[in-house]
Order: sequence, then C-alpha cells, then structure tokens
Amino acid sequence: MRVAEAWRVALDALRANRLRSALTMLGVIIGVASVVLLVAIGTGTKQKVEQQVEGLGSNLLLVVPGKIEVGTAPVVSPLTLKDVDAVSRVVGDPQRVAVTVASGATARAGARSDFTTVQGVLETTPAVFTRSLARGRYLTGTDVDTSRRVAVLGDSVARALFPDRDPLGQQVTLAGVRFRVIGVFAPLGQSLGVDRDDEVHVPVTAAQRLWGTQRVDGIAVKAPDRERIDELGERIVAELNRRHPDTEFSAVTQQQILGVLGDILGVLTGVLTAIAGISLLVGGVGVSNIMLVSVRERTREIGLRKAVGARPRDIGVQFLLEAVLLTTIGGLTGMALGVGTALLVDALSPIPAAITWWSLALAFGVSAAVGIVFGVVPAQRAGRLDPVVALRAE
Amino acid sequence: MTGPPPAIEAVDVSRTYQLDGVSVEALRGVSLTVRPGDHVALVGPSGSGKSTLMHLLGGLDRPSGGRLVIGGRDVSVLSPPEMATLRNETIGFVFQAFHLLPRTSAVENVALPLVYRGVSARQRRERAAAMLGRVGLGHRLDHRPNQMSGGEQQRVAIARALVTEPTVLLADEPTGNLDSVTGAAVLELLEQLNAESGVALVMVTHDQEVAARAQRRITMRDGVVVADSDAPHDRPLSVDHGRPETLVPAPSAEPRSVSGSGPGHPSGGSGGAAGATGRLPHRPAPADATPTPASGRGADDADAVTNGGSGS
Repeated sequence: MRVAEAWRVALDALRANRLRSALTMLGVIIGVASVVLLVAIGTGTKQKVEQQVEGLGSNLLLVVPGKIEVGTAPVVSPLTLKDVDAVSRVVGDPQRVAVTVASGATARAGARSDFTTVQGVLETTPAVFTRSLARGRYLTGTDVDTSRRVAVLGDSVARALFPDRDPLGQQVTLAGVRFRVIGVFAPLGQSLGVDRDDEVHVPVTAAQRLWGTQRVDGIAVKAPDRERIDELGERIVAELNRRHPDTEFSAVTQQQILGVLGDILGVLTGVLTAIAGISLLVGGVGVSNIMLVSVRERTREIGLRKAVGARPRDIGVQFLLEAVLLTTIGGLTGMALGVGTALLVDALSPIPAAITWWSLALAFGVSAAVGIVFGVVPAQRAGRLDPVVALRAE
Repeated sequence: MTGPPPAIEAVDVSRTYQLDGVSVEALRGVSLTVRPGDHVALVGPSGSGKSTLMHLLGGLDRPSGGRLVIGGRDVSVLSPPEMATLRNETIGFVFQAFHLLPRTSAVENVALPLVYRGVSARQRRERAAAMLGRVGLGHRLDHRPNQMSGGEQQRVAIARALVTEPTVLLADEPTGNLDSVTGAAVLELLEQLNAESGVALVMVTHDQEVAARAQRRITMRDGVVVADSDAPHDRPLSVDHGRPETLVPAPSAEPRSVSGSGPGHPSGGSGGAAGATGRLPHRPAPADATPTPASGRGADDADAVTNGGSGS
C-alpha cells in the first residue's frame, strides 16, 4: 500500500517536471548508450577477429624467429628454404608446410599503380591457409621450382589495376619486374582495419630473386591433428634451434594468437567502457543534484505527509523511487539508443558491433544502481526533515 | 481526576530551541490536559508559544523537558516512526495555509492519512468520499485544490484531518487565510464536528470572538499559560476566566446545535468589542460567528498573517 503510494507520487513528480526530468535523464541516457555501444563494438570486433583467425584454417602453427610478445623488436629472419625443407621433414608432409617472404612494393599495370604487399609463397598456401580463387589458377610446384614470374592478385589489387578489364593473362610490374597474372583471389574483407585483399602472391623463389635475398620470413604448418599440435611445435622449434643456435624461434597456435588479440581487444574495450562509465557517473551526480532540488521544493509536502502519519522511511522510499525511476527510465532509453546506434554502426560502417544480453543487463543494473547510490542522500535528507520546520518552509 | 482518560496530558512541559548557538525558551513549564470532546481555544500574542505548544500537542515535536502523554503514550520514549504512527492514529491537523497536495484531487487529499495506515485503495476512497460529504463537499470529490475556493480547500483539509477518526483535532488559525463569511462557516463546521463526533478541538486563534465561543480558553504569554479556564485552581492566574462548571460536563452532555445558526442572528453583533471584553456565555447557538464581516475580522486577519510569518 505505502509502496504503491510511493510509486504513484514518484511518477507524478516526474510528470510534473517533464523537461527537468528529461534533462536529468539525458545524462544517464548518454552514459548508458555509450557503454552499450562501446561494449557492442568491442564484442563485435573480437568476434570478427576470432572468425578471421579461425578462417585462416584449422590446426595452424606459425613458426617465426624471435619471441611473440608485445613490445619485442622484430628479428631479421635467418631462415632459408633449406630450413623449410628441414621443417617439412619434421612434419613428414611438405604439403602441410607454407612459407612467406613479404615486402611492400608498387604494382603497375599500364598507367595504373597500386602500392601493395608482395608475398613470396609456396604452392601449398591454399591448402595450409583457407584461401580460394575467384578466377584463374594458383601457383604450382613448377612455378616455384622454376621461379616463374607469375602472380595471383588479391581482390583489391585486381580492382585497382584492372577496373574494367579481365586481369587474367595481363602483365603487372612488381618492383620493376614483369609478372603475368594467372589468378585472382576471392575477397576476404578487412581485419583490424587491414585490407586483407591488398596482396599479391608470387613464387617464393621469384620473390627472393626480386629482392636479392635467400631469406624466408616465417613458416606456417597445418598440423595433422589438434591434440599433438603443441608437441609438433616444440619439435619444429628444436630443429630450427639446432640449425640456428643464435636465434630464438617461436611456434604459436591460433588459440595463442586469439588469446593475445583477445587480451589486447579486452583492454581496449575496457578502457573505452570505463570512459563511458564516467559519463554515467556524471549523469548520476546530475540525478543526485536534481533530487536535492526536488526535496527542497517539496519540503512543505514532506511536512504535511509527516504530519498525517508518514514515517521517515515512507518519505525516503518515495524520493529514492523517484531517483531510481529517473535512472532506470533513462537507462532503458539509453539502452535503446545504444542498441540502435550499434546496429547502425554495424550496418553502415566497417566497424563491427554485436549486442550481447549481458551488456544490456549490466547497463540496466548499473543505471538502477546509480539511482540508488545517488538517490540515497537526498532521500535520507527528506526522510529526516523535521516536520515542524518542513511545514513552515516557503 | 476522574472521568475518561485524557487525550493529551502535558506536565511541566518546556521547549528550548537553539538559534545560532543561543538558547530560546519557547515554552517554560506548561501543564494542561485535553480530554476527549474538549473545545479549547488557545490564545495569546505572537511569540507567546502557541504554535510551539500546538506542535508538541500534535506529536510533531518533542518537549525539551517535562512529560507529554498523547493518546496514553509518553512521547519521550517513542521513535520517529512511532511518533508518525501516533500522529496518524490520534491527531488531525488543520493548518492556516490548508497544506493540500497540488495536482491531487480532493478525495485523494482526504485519503492521504489512510495511505500511511495501510488502508486499501477502495476503502480509502469510500471513507474519504464519505468524509467529504460530511463537510459538504460530496459534489467536489475529484476537484483539485486550484479548482476550489479557499473555504472549500479548508473543508477538504478538515475532512483529511478527520478521516482517520482522531481523538484530537488541532487547528492552527484555521480561518486565518479566509474572508470572514467563509471563515465563520469553517468555524461552524469545526464546532459542529466537535459536538457531533466527540473529537477534541484545540484551536489557535487571534479572534477573541472565536475564542469566546470555546468551552475552554487557554491564554499564553512568553511561553507560559497565564490563564486556563479549565483549571483555575491549579495555578494563580493573572486573568481569571474560570468557570467551574466547564470542568464537569462530558462531551456529549452539552450538544451544540449548529443547524439552527445562520446569518439571520445579529445578536452577538458588536464585533471586536465582544472579543475584547472577554468570552460570551457559552450557549448552544453559535450565531455570533457570522455577523461582523468588516469591523472585527479585517483586523484579526491582518494579525493572523503577522503571526503566521513570525512563527513562535
């Protein structure tokens, strides 16, 4: 009964001051909407990165010189194709081993040019990584063995150089040397802001000749089974360490990559969400402020209610409810706004956003909590008012 | 003392305020008893402690010293929530400024005390509507305060004060914000309810004429009771209006007929003079409430406003 009255009065108070209530809610709305939006973007990005890393192919093991740690300087690779052969022997199947030696280069075709990444690779690449062609064919063993100057273009490179022509059979110039286009990759899209279609694959032997090097940057292995992937990694690293005692090597799995990327994204999302949380806090201070005004304005009403039998708690609950209503209505509106914006961002921009139920529950819970935390002081003040003084107030 | 147990009993009650570190004694040793059905006028100049005493009698405040028993309960041992319940159950307040909730219908205003008593919404409305009928506003249930005249608003306030069936009705200058005709009607209503329902009526007033109509008159000055017509033997009184016979009658023994009164009785008509000379004989027909719209009441209204502003 008394709680029903408190609800009625709290709603009535909000209705009586529509503009003030709306402006007070705005602080909470902005705070909650930002939290929901940023969590959605963080979650969406993480999901997309996971998809892409998974999409590289399953049971992938990447072997690179140096340590895989944030902040370590890249190491110049001592690896050569002879090391690749050694790794193939460890794995037992050359078809499961891929390599890369990569460098930025300008690709030209006629009057058009495009700065892109040229990757020297083995013919095994499509089997190790999950890549498929839109047109033409991929490199063959013969292409690699004979350092043939043939190239497979990424989707963006093909569009940039041959916007109105079929690239197959055309000539492209990479770092001043002519290559013939034999295939075009199916598009992959973007990952962490990087255009994954902006690359050109050529035989590793041709690439090494192009840059005058024997080096191989990294080796990728598709392990036969998931259970023994770590053990295989250890054996490969041991073999490479035997061959190059001065260099450290690391073998990382997709799970480890996902872990590292997830950590980075988690920290990023956390920091952004905390900043959004601060705006929610500021919204809460606004609620506290307006509740103190409300208590002052209605001091006579409080006095009258006390005179006719309202206990301090009845008055306190009434004002606490008013504060909680302000923040939860604001919270629900903010959630709707945040979800709407996230859906728009996801649909209209390259930034992915994914709504999760827990972020909505959290946002609602936090907005209700903000109402309680920031409503308690004004509510207590109202509840403790001396009825004699309150009745006499202006 | 025999008879029904007192509704309110104050023994040597004092009240001291701290104002900017200075102690102000608003009440200094006041003793009085309000019995069920009493009709008491509380008079005295501004700052004499009338309002402070009313607040104490109504359980809105606690004495700094002495003993105050309301409805059989010693307020010194009650917590704030218990005080609230005590007010809800035993006291009805009528204020000079009505104190109705804005944006709230008459019937909801009247039902407000029942909310804090835990009465169901339907019963609240029924009882509030019945009470509004008794104060002559049965046709105004859903009007809001800003749609009603001052007299009607005060009637709503009276209905609110009585809807809980309290034992004591405390009215602090109930006609102070009303014109004389409306004020007289409100007074009549209060007196009628006092007579009919047996609720004790304690009324602060500046109007000697109004005070004279009370069964009992308590005069205050400088925080003490200087005259109480009910208790001439208790203390030496500087002004003696005591009528021993008013001690005796039970509430119902002296029914006042209000129905017969009206503006047609010019008998009490000498206005301020009647108030100044002291109380009129206590007679069934309180016809003297209405006849002096211009001369006496105008001055009293002004006085009431001054008093309301300065408080106690």
